[in-house]
Amino acid sequence: MADLGEELLQAVATARDQGQPLSIAGTGSKSFLTRPETAVRDSRLLSTVEHTGVVDYRPDELVVTVRTGTLLRELAQTLAREGQMLGFEPPEFRGLGTVGGAVASGLAGPGRPARGSVRDAVLGVQMINGLGERLVFGGQVMKNVAGFDVSRLQAGAYGMLGLLLEVSLKVLPRPQAELTLRLEKSATDAHAEMRRWARLPHPISAAAWLEEGLWVRLSGAEAAVNQTAAALGGEHQTDNDFWSGLKDHGLPLFRRDGLCCRHLPPASAPSAEDELIEWLGARRWSTSAPGAVGYQPFAAGFARHRCRDGGGDGKIADYQARLKAAFDPDSLFNPELTDADVPA
Amino acid sequence: MSEAPEQNPQPPPAAVTDAAKKQALARLRRALPRESLLTRPEQLKPYESDGLTALREMPWVVVLPETEDALRAVLEICREHGIPVVPRGAGTGLSGGARPSGDGVLLGLSKMNRILEVDLDNCAARVQPGVRNLAISEAVAEHGLYYAPDPSSQIACSIGGNVAENSGGVHCLKYGLTVNNVLGLKVLTLAGDELLIGGPGGDPESLDLLALFCGSEGLLGVVTEVWVRLLPVPPERRVLLAAFPTVEGAAGSVAAIIGRGLIPAGLEMMDTPAIQAAEAFVHAGYPANAGAILLCELDGVPAEVDADAEMVSRVFAEFGADEVQVATSTEEQARLWLGRKAAFPAVGRLAPDYYCMDGTIPRASLAEVLTRIGGLSERYGLAVANVFHAGDGNLHPLILYDANAPGELERAERFGADILALCVAAGGTVTGEHGVGVEKLDPMCGQFSAAELEQFARLKAAFDPDGLMNPGKAIPTLSRCSEIGGMHVHGGRLPFPNLERF
Ligand SMILES: Cc1cc2nc3c(=O)[nH]c(=O)nc-3n(C[C@H](O)[C@H](O)[C@H](O)COP(=O)(O)OP(=O)(O)OC[C@H]3O[C@@H](n4cnc5c(N)ncnc54)[C@H](O)[C@@H]3O)c2cc1C
Repeated sequence: MADLGEELLQAVATARDQGQPLSIAGTGSKSFLTRPETAVRDSRLLSTVEHTGVVDYRPDELVVTVRTGTLLRELAQTLAREGQMLGFEPPEFRGLGTVGGAVASGLAGPGRPARGSVRDAVLGVQMINGLGERLVFGGQVMKNVAGFDVSRLQAGAYGMLGLLLEVSLKVLPRPQAELTLRLEKSATDAHAEMRRWARLPHPISAAAWLEEGLWVRLSGAEAAVNQTAAALGGEHQTDNDFWSGLKDHGLPLFRRDGLCCRHLPPASAPSAEDELIEWLGARRWSTSAPGAVGYQPFAAGFARHRCRDGGGDGKIADYQARLKAAFDPDSLFNPELTDADVPA
Repeated sequence: MSEAPEQNPQPPPAAVTDAAKKQALARLRRALPRESLLTRPEQLKPYESDGLTALREMPWVVVLPETEDALRAVLEICREHGIPVVPRGAGTGLSGGARPSGDGVLLGLSKMNRILEVDLDNCAARVQPGVRNLAISEAVAEHGLYYAPDPSSQIACSIGGNVAENSGGVHCLKYGLTVNNVLGLKVLTLAGDELLIGGPGGDPESLDLLALFCGSEGLLGVVTEVWVRLLPVPPERRVLLAAFPTVEGAAGSVAAIIGRGLIPAGLEMMDTPAIQAAEAFVHAGYPANAGAILLCELDGVPAEVDADAEMVSRVFAEFGADEVQVATSTEEQARLWLGRKAAFPAVGRLAPDYYCMDGTIPRASLAEVLTRIGGLSERYGLAVANVFHAGDGNLHPLILYDANAPGELERAERFGADILALCVAAGGTVTGEHGVGVEKLDPMCGQFSAAELEQFARLKAAFDPDGLMNPGKAIPTLSRCSEIGGMHVHGGRLPFPNLERF
């Protein structure tokens, strides 16, 4: 529990004076996403790991404000004591992931279609921009339209716009009851079933198809969960290991070479290559998809491709670059993500 | 800590010369069909303000493009002649965001009002910006789907305006705001660049421009298409009305329901003046003597709604509700909602004018802030009625005044400014869903530091280097802030020292 805000601010100011680029990192649990094999500009590590602690937690308000070096694991424990959780289920990667990394990477887990994405949960941030200024955007209330929504913009920005010091996140009540089922299904049938659920309200908080099994997690009021479980059939699973394996990438699939994932309109028909279908069809994983289609969000260097190419057409990339310059005109932060001279 | 800016990130646009206007007008005439260009005073009059009617200005001209090509031509002409562009959807905005500029083009998007595509399989629809909010739900109702965000103005307001304001509504407590319910956008910047952002199957681009455009009040570009997410209509709905002797009981119930793990579809509060006004207007059967009522809507599968209703009823009893009505049939539910939905016009009958505020506060401060607003009401000698989104802590105090009585408008404005200062002091914000527009430029000075405001200005300049997109809105200039002396002070010291912090 320490507030290193002043030290970090000082470090950014000094680096700025010296023209010294900075690489922002927490514990480095996701460094494989961002680090180039060879650093072209020699950047200095700026670590948030000691900037930790829950600054403010108001269970009744469904909001928690946390320093960004705090481990997700520890935050989860704090929230669990009040019967709450983060809805977006960020991957913890061997228990090392920090809150700052979760927001900066914008990676969400199995519950995303039902409970929202990372940016849906971001209510406010305190950050240091590339001019070395400490800035506060958003806040701790659910509805806030004062000024541009700079806080949600930080989700998935991989620290390109600045160092996040604190984030305020919307939290959710833990469901009263939760239950996991597994149904034996082919990819096509499982996908059809998921699309049917998308059109009918159900207490389904996650669904994933893997190895001929359609896994379903039901969450909510006990009566509703039991009723739906009875209607769906399948085998009841006694624990929730499958979901943590999916969320934290512990399942064997995630150790396979060439694993690649695609985001698609969820109703797109499953292809023969799909090995894991989740998010009601919106996210697919495969190891043998024809190279060019997919992208590898959990592959080395992924974030570099994403940050440099902007993920869209050329125009979007231009505006992304201007946006970066509006926050970090000297390109102080994470040059390995945006520098054109770093091999991607 | 922060150093003086080397230069103003976005100087105000230069005054538009008559010669520029003349040339631009000639080009607009060539580019647009006659019915898409309005220039005569009687044609311009309906556009002189948005829903914030106290602030009016006649636009130079109004253009109503029907196609993207026409829209693109208008933007090009404006950019080349340095003419400000003020986008306008349906003009229901309550903060003056679509208030015209006397030197500028008012860009009305009402004729771009087609639903382009309904993708039932992906539960999504692609619509033009001028489509009315409610028209989307109506168009997909036969398929058991709907678009969740439901501003009270939903019969009139446009989806483009909703995106620009990140609008909310009664059901946003459970289903989120506009930003949580749009999947993609097509945007045209002033430079003529078309940005395709997101879509029904996309993860966001590396920087989440979709989130940035939501709530950007027309300052960054013109939204020309919106992909909205459609949700299945819940099989069961129930509405509970609880009457409490005091505001405290109602406020306590709100915090307890949410604190105990239930997020209702909607949770709205009305205080005595609002209840009585609504009752006199529409006879919804509200208990007219109550100190406050809560309307709580629950939805989902039947077993879930039963369980939730039981929990909510227990909380109501615990916090001293005198009366609870439960509506299961659609007709009964419509009756209970009627008073809430008619509350603004109902309050409007109590006085010649009202001024609708829009601050958000933490739910735990509801009772305290409402009590203080009551105190301010006495101090200013102006009545106030409260009807608001209690579950989100989003207040809408309606200040009653008479614009024809000398000094009353100014008093109402000062009263409003004090309410917003209260909201900021309680840890909230000066606008929950109506936007900053021109109305809340001054309170913005109290909520943000100079460095933060400059960051906003640089962000705008990244999309609109000419500074012609809806200039003078949403983000105050530093000189404005120092003039009013309301500059933000870090460290809990507030710009309104007469108000205690709590
Ligand atoms: C009776 C009443 C009740 C209301 N209730 C609610 C409520 O419950 N919740 C709520 O959130 N709001 C509410 N409002 C406010 C208002 O209806 C919303 O802000 C609405 O989203 C505005 O939509 P509009 O089409 O009227 O936009 P306008 O008022 O025309 O414009 C609003 C802003 O959006 C910009 N804009 C419009 N279209 C575009 C576009 N295509 N591209 C770029 N910028 C654009 C304009 O420049 C302006 O800054 C209410 C208003 C009234 C009068």
